[in-house]
Amino acid sequence: MAYSRKVIKKFEDTLNNPQLHNVGRLDPNSKHVGTGMVGAPACGDVMRLQIEVNDENIITDCKFKTYGCGSAIASSLQMIEMLKGKTLEEAKKIKDREIAELLELPSIKIHCSVLAEDSIKKAIADYESKKA
Amino acid sequence: MKNKTVYFDYASTTPVDPRVADKMHECLLLDGNFGNPASRSHEFGWKADEAVEKARLQVANLVNADSREIVWTSGATESDNLAIKGAARFYKDRGNHIITSKIEHKAVLDPCRQLEREGFEITYLDPDEDGVISLENIKKHVKDSTILISIMHINNELGAVNDIEEIGKFTRENKIIFHVDAAQSTGKLPIDLSNLEVDLMSFSGHKTYGPKGIGALYVRRKPRVRLEALLHGGGHERGFRAGTLPTHQIVGMGEAFKIAAEEMESDNKKIKELSEIFWQEISDIEEIVLNGSFKNKVPNITNVSFAYIEGESLIMALKDVAVSSGSACTSASLEPSYVLRALGRPDELAHSSIRFSFGRFTTVDEVKMVAQTAKKVVKQLRELSPLWDMYLDGVDLEKVEWVHH
Repeated sequence: MAYSRKVIKKFEDTLNNPQLHNVGRLDPNSKHVGTGMVGAPACGDVMRLQIEVNDENIITDCKFKTYGCGSAIASSLQMIEMLKGKTLEEAKKIKDREIAELLELPSIKIHCSVLAEDSIKKAIADYESKKA
Repeated sequence: MKNKTVYFDYASTTPVDPRVADKMHECLLLDGNFGNPASRSHEFGWKADEAVEKARLQVANLVNADSREIVWTSGATESDNLAIKGAARFYKDRGNHIITSKIEHKAVLDPCRQLEREGFEITYLDPDEDGVISLENIKKHVKDSTILISIMHINNELGAVNDIEEIGKFTRENKIIFHVDAAQSTGKLPIDLSNLEVDLMSFSGHKTYGPKGIGALYVRRKPRVRLEALLHGGGHERGFRAGTLPTHQIVGMGEAFKIAAEEMESDNKKIKELSEIFWQEISDIEEIVLNGSFKNKVPNITNVSFAYIEGESLIMALKDVAVSSGSACTSASLEPSYVLRALGRPDELAHSSIRFSFGRFTTVDEVKMVAQTAKKVVKQLRELSPLWDMYLDGVDLEKVEWVHH
């Protein structure tokens, strides 16, 4: 697959320096943490995003792990960079198109960015359900 | 151009052997053997024809056939097409049923699909868990209307070997035409067509250190097998395949097959050793699965799945190594390998398969280097994998409710 330089760089950065690039886990039982896992092994991608949110509804930390192709891993890192420091309301507005455009994803890999948007929505929903 | 990438994809194509390239060069220029082998009126044509016939004999010799049984084609894909469509259409009055397997190359499966559109009925057999098509399975599906059976000799993804001797005995007894796609076999396993009861066999030049764009189809003379041609236009190749013969390509394939006959034993001894070293080095990786089985495969192909890692990301991480992934994520479709699916592998293993294939120019150092790199990147990618986390936590992935897309 011919990827853009951005995809290759994000993929390699994540691979070579996972700690620096938010790979990991947060305590899923903490009331400040929302978890969203989307995709399926059968489809070849599973993305798990966790966000830590403070009382001002600002995302203070996030971690991810992704099983999938190079562009799924790059899309995860792109999403993390966009989420940090955002309020939940701002985070909800992140669209898959933005991720795809920033990474110049080839059209058959658009589903990777869709997966990223879905994981954000699921993580926020999980966090909000704990608050309610 | 010097490639810094290590080439471990010999099952996809091989480089041309330098000795082959030298022979090909002799057939291109004005002061070389450039004539049209079909020209009967001058020396240029006679010399070209002589070279073509010499190559035909070299190909025939590797598989112990009569050179009159060798038909030049543009490659194994055309050979498969000519054999399957040609035999089905010629013998259609005898019946309309064809048997093949689910793990054939697309060059066999797609002509079969075409024949279905023309009214033929095709049975696609399942392989066993090692990727082998058993005679019992074939027998179970044969009918009075079965006219053709097409089973590959060596599977291109797994290296699994089918017993074409046993199948040939059965097809001959039952007067069914037997086609074998042997694109992966030449120079890997001895083939003796004077003993095998195979009617049609496809060969490729470029899988055996010859050039691309040339192949051959073996068409048995006794008992005689007939085909309806696909290409018309001059009656070349005894009516089986029209078109001016590409002398340089043919001479290249002939030389490549001659070298294969001479060096098969030493090549394979070396490759077997390399394959054993490679497996020794990588087999201590946790949750690694060999696709196929050591007891019934050729050593030049090692197909493994690294569970909980997706194949395309592994190929990307192995950036200085050229391998191919069963996971067709590398192509336009996002399907895992149909061959691994047919073996009954679960999706996460089908998505994570990598085919390492070695050849004549592979070195021990390369094998060791790639094994070390594979170990490193598998570890790195598992650190990124939520499925690996779940595996370590003892979660049964079959029981998770996934959010499908």
